[in-house]
Amino acid sequence: MESNVKYTFKDFASDQEVRWCPGCDDYVVLRAMQKALPEMGVKKEDVVFVSGIGCSSRFPYYMDAYGFHGIHGRAPGIATGVKLANPNLSVWIMTGDGDAMAIGGNHFIHLLRRNIDLNIVLFNNEIYGLTKGQFSPTSLLGQKTKSSPYGNTQPPFNAGELAIGARSRFYARVPGNEPKTMTDIFIQAERFKGTSLIEILQNCVIFNDGCFTQYTDKEVKSDMQLFLEHGKPMIFGKESNKGIVLKGLKLEVVTLGENGITENDLLIHDAKEDDSTLHQMLIRLKYPLVMGIVRSVEEMAFGERERELTEKIKLKSNFTSVDDLFFSGETYEVK
Amino acid sequence: MISNEDNIKEHFARENHKIDTAVIRFVGDSGDGMQLTGTQFSDTAALFGNDVATFPNYPAEIRAPQGSLYGVSGFQVQFGSVEVSTPGDELDLLVAMNPAGLKTNLFAVKAGGTIIVDTDAFNKKNLEKAKYETNPLEDDSLNNYRVIKADISGLTRESLKDLGLDNKSILRSKNMFTLGMVYFMYNRSLEHSESFLNKKFKSKPLIAEANIKAIRTGFYYAETLELMSSTYIVEPAKMEAGTYRVVMGNDATAWGFIAAAQKAGLDLFLGSYPITPATDILHELVKHRHFGIKTFQAEDEIAGITSAIGASFAGSLAITTTSGPGLALKGEAIGLAMIAELPLVIVDVQRGGPSTGLPTKTEQSDLLQAMYGRNGESPVIVIAASTPANCFDFAFEASKLALEHMTPVILLTDGFIANGSAPWKIVSINDLPEIKTKLVPNGTTHYDAYVRDEDRLARSWAIPGTPGLEHRIGGLEKDKVTGCVNQGPENHEYMCNIRAEKVRRVADFIPNIEAEYAQEGDLLVVGWGGTFGNIHAAVKEMADAGYKIGHAQFNYINPLPKNTAELFSRYKKVVVCELNLGQLVKMFRSEFSDIEFSQYNKVQGLPFTKSELTQHFKGLI
Repeated sequence: MESNVKYTFKDFASDQEVRWCPGCDDYVVLRAMQKALPEMGVKKEDVVFVSGIGCSSRFPYYMDAYGFHGIHGRAPGIATGVKLANPNLSVWIMTGDGDAMAIGGNHFIHLLRRNIDLNIVLFNNEIYGLTKGQFSPTSLLGQKTKSSPYGNTQPPFNAGELAIGARSRFYARVPGNEPKTMTDIFIQAERFKGTSLIEILQNCVIFNDGCFTQYTDKEVKSDMQLFLEHGKPMIFGKESNKGIVLKGLKLEVVTLGENGITENDLLIHDAKEDDSTLHQMLIRLKYPLVMGIVRSVEEMAFGERERELTEKIKLKSNFTSVDDLFFSGETYEVK
Repeated sequence: MISNEDNIKEHFARENHKIDTAVIRFVGDSGDGMQLTGTQFSDTAALFGNDVATFPNYPAEIRAPQGSLYGVSGFQVQFGSVEVSTPGDELDLLVAMNPAGLKTNLFAVKAGGTIIVDTDAFNKKNLEKAKYETNPLEDDSLNNYRVIKADISGLTRESLKDLGLDNKSILRSKNMFTLGMVYFMYNRSLEHSESFLNKKFKSKPLIAEANIKAIRTGFYYAETLELMSSTYIVEPAKMEAGTYRVVMGNDATAWGFIAAAQKAGLDLFLGSYPITPATDILHELVKHRHFGIKTFQAEDEIAGITSAIGASFAGSLAITTTSGPGLALKGEAIGLAMIAELPLVIVDVQRGGPSTGLPTKTEQSDLLQAMYGRNGESPVIVIAASTPANCFDFAFEASKLALEHMTPVILLTDGFIANGSAPWKIVSINDLPEIKTKLVPNGTTHYDAYVRDEDRLARSWAIPGTPGLEHRIGGLEKDKVTGCVNQGPENHEYMCNIRAEKVRRVADFIPNIEAEYAQEGDLLVVGWGGTFGNIHAAVKEMADAGYKIGHAQFNYINPLPKNTAELFSRYKKVVVCELNLGQLVKMFRSEFSDIEFSQYNKVQGLPFTKSELTQHFKGLI
């Protein structure tokens, strides 16, 4: 699976015309992925993109790699089959909020539970784009959409919270307008041995334009986002003077230098902590919104467990051909 | 050890009748171990050289309330010195462990037949539960039968009292006591069952001892019992020479797939979700991890099939197993595999429908779902196995067709043949036909995913990991050459037509349909799939009696064999017999509009009986 060939991003661009709306964040993800793949050291022929249905699910057509455009919500099953059949492959699920958490919700949680070694890129735009603007499982309460003209009455999922509840081992959140961060996190996700989930806060220019602007706009992002780095104190803000402390069972924003607060009082991010309590609290924070790799806790991946068991069983068996099975046990001769 | 038949005969000065076949049914509560008892008897008969056919008939409840009418579990076996193609219609022997079992099964016992009952179970409580107003053992209702009243529970308790087991464990052995009695009645050796019990309870030697003691005590008890005035001898059957074993349909299905994977040189992948009566295929395949078989128990039916589609895309022989409700859930994904033109086998072990229906009973009512249950124009190959043993052949054939024609294949079996067992003449891997996959040859540098071969119209198969052949496929309509998305009007119509033609052309690669018995004449009896044994037995009886009657059993349904119309035209009448309300006949009527078909249907969750079939056929001639 390790590649000796040095690829560039052009090697991963397919000959198909990209058909997303002009200005869509999906272009950013596409470019970030094309840039990340040459850095991963995987062979082009070993890369497989699998998708369901939705705008994001057109992604495989635009990559010059193996690709399978499945049916709505079912990319996890298809990708699981691909990976179990050939563990050497680098498998990527490209999905959206509706595909992953509505129609494919059951598959999504079980995929995370099993922790098979593949990567999920979740394009969350809090809306149904391809069907032209209905509310999704991440749309906000009160949000006006074509199927909720008087306001959405279904409370949303927080993707990270749902994922970690389903025992996700790797979860990262990335703004849709930051290609460099995206590329970097894709590379780290590929290196992680287990199911990696990367949630992209992706702006839909047509049906939900500006849904993340309050966090991602250049003017406000340093004040509104906390970029988590393993082993580093949780500091944010234009002046790098804000931080997070734990007070009782709540996270609290503090200002360095006020009330005697120093950097030593701040929480240090530990992405490798098995207990997910703090990860969940960080994911739920509305101010600041945490970005980066929130959780990265390795555990033997599902395919690895399967392989190990198979090897063990093979050692115990003398069967090499089906004939050994057919002619073993209670057979009898008719003359 | 009681294994010497001559000794036995010498010992017992009883009438020892030689008979061709015998039909036995064991019935009791669903926790009474009737399935095990029946399986033991039929395995012993097969090992002795009899032809056998079995029919387990059990309720949907795992442990239904004791003594209840709906909780009765039964296992029927016919064994013979002549060909046995069905578990039999009428019972020579009914073993009833309780009043509910007697009440629900008495109708099947032939006049003068034998009934063995556990008198201990015929108490006031159980009689009430079985809705008996008076004890049938004490009134005249069983006068037409030979009733052997044995206090099976009491005798089992008595014989095992010194082993230091609790009462519950002791009573669990009463089925083995009964089995011992039946072994005596049919002059059978205990050898097979004793070695089976030693193996099964290897880690619980006391339980093994108790069961073996029970089986022996039952045997000796029957020997000394005055009531058992006659015993029976069923000689070995004349069967084709070879090495045999007894197989259940579901196991044979699993083995067919293992053989096909080895023959094709591919890994076998099963994606599945548990569902009655298909789950035993998963159980069997998961045992054989040593062959490198990958089984994936998914979170639902859809993930079962989609994982198989993923594995197929990645180059495995991929299968998914289910029953009717699961096939409904898999419909969209079957369409995906069909348009992606990937090899995939979908096994539907049919059960009584609609909806949850009769989960543990047999039926053939998924045929039209298999044929048409998808959106869009999406034909797939549909084939059906017809006996427990040929489940092996058709699992192999389904794999071969899927791989060689690059298309999904639906293999229909049913609860009757899936759970039934019969002798199987073992086939060596060397005697099976080659499977030539459509994998691209090594060194291929250019790949157009939807370029087809000429004879089969099958595309070639480039799998991830192959350098230079990276491509994208999926559920959107594809360009007829490259496989890239193409939703143009002419391209779509072309693709719909060619996918249909591809399935039609499979007819060039399957055998003609052949009739048995009369090759022309008054009546052709047509069946498909799992009804083979019963129809065969009925037609045989009539043909032997001089009727000009033939029998054709369809295994290939889509496409149909090429000579189908010609075969039908040789008979004055054609009757199509199905365990549904008339599904294949509906297809025939639209396909062969100049032939008049009559139909014979049954939807009781039960197989046909020979007698109801012959009675109907006689009315047609």
